[in-house]
Amino acid sequence: MQSIKVLGTGCANCRATVALIEAVAREKGVAITLEKVESLPEIMRHGVLSTPGVVIDGRVVHAGGVPARSKVESWL
Amino acid sequence: MNLAAMDRSPGTRLGFWLAGLTLAGVLWVAAYSHLGEFADAVIGAFGLSRRTPFGEAVHFFFYDTPKVLLLLTGIVFVIGVVQTFFSPERTRALLSGRREGLGNVLAAILGIVTPFCSCSAVPLFIGFLSAGVPLGVTFSFLISAPMVNEVALVLLFGMFGWQVAALYLGMGLLVAIVAGLVIGRLKMERYLEDWVQQILSGQMAQAVGEQLSWLERLQVGAAHVREIVGKVWPYVLAGIGLGAGIHGYVPEDFMAAFMGREVWWAVPAAVLFGVPMYTNAAGIIPIVEALIGKGAALGTVLAFMMAVIALSAPEMIILRQALRPPLIATFAVVVATGILLVGYVFNWLL
Repeated sequence: MQSIKVLGTGCANCRATVALIEAVAREKGVAITLEKVESLPEIMRHGVLSTPGVVIDGRVVHAGGVPARSKVESWL
Repeated sequence: MNLAAMDRSPGTRLGFWLAGLTLAGVLWVAAYSHLGEFADAVIGAFGLSRRTPFGEAVHFFFYDTPKVLLLLTGIVFVIGVVQTFFSPERTRALLSGRREGLGNVLAAILGIVTPFCSCSAVPLFIGFLSAGVPLGVTFSFLISAPMVNEVALVLLFGMFGWQVAALYLGMGLLVAIVAGLVIGRLKMERYLEDWVQQILSGQMAQAVGEQLSWLERLQVGAAHVREIVGKVWPYVLAGIGLGAGIHGYVPEDFMAAFMGREVWWAVPAAVLFGVPMYTNAAGIIPIVEALIGKGAALGTVLAFMMAVIALSAPEMIILRQALRPPLIATFAVVVATGILLVGYVFNWLL
């Protein structure tokens, strides 16, 4: 099971990213654990410069803005 | 290779994008060159005359709304594509290890073309510092990025011509550079919150930016248009509506009495009003245009506009998570002072 974290302090784009990943996972029937990380020290540990960032199994795969749907599909 | 597979190849899709963009460009130019006729036709259709205040206000609204929306869409798309070449990661790499002075100049310029959202201000701030970008240089970036943005420049260009846009650009950069230099000289690193200092003293993962194809860059540009124009159009309409009201009903030179250049206290009052206010450049410029049309001095109005978009209560609250109050207060005072001086210089020069 993939463990996905969305890094962001609660702006609209971060919520949209969480919703998008949930929707794609449901469509493809992929089991994931999705976690929203809002604490700044925790976000900074991953070294992203712009939020929302997406971390899969400990690796940063995206930073800055809502990812494209096709990109999310390629992750899952 | 069958046809369906060919249709989906990136080369073909890039071709479609380029053809679509060319068509959009032609339509854009055609529309932009017929703005006056469009507004005349609209008030004609309603049986109004520009000689009445109401007719003049309606004409203003139907001239400015398509003009601003066209300019916004065009430039936001271009900037969206340009920004794909200047990811925050790349900008950080360009700035890391720079000394103050040249570093501040570069940071202020990169602030214009690097994508920036105030909700990312803290991660960006810490990310820059952790890569060895000096505090003052980081501040030059943080001041320039929201203030000298593409939306502000486009609207100033569209409404007042390139001289005013260039002046705003130059003055905005100057405020960002000088304020960053001053903050750097004050050696305020100790006013960062403890958790920030801990991160800075340890090792931090340095994420790298991704490589994009031209197709992806164009798609980013289109997404940028959807995001920015989709977000600001209600402000633009509200701003132009208010501007139209002022344009039609407020007497000529009404503003000169308290926003004219002879009024020495107008600039500080404009900055004081502007700092806590928060809107984006798109919402404020139509009001700015209407105020200037009624005799308000350009420096006063631009100082107000800079104060509104460069300093805002929400941004201070976000930065408070990483900065202690003395540093936030210094930041606000230094930038406000810079804007104040710019306002006076503008009024004195023009």
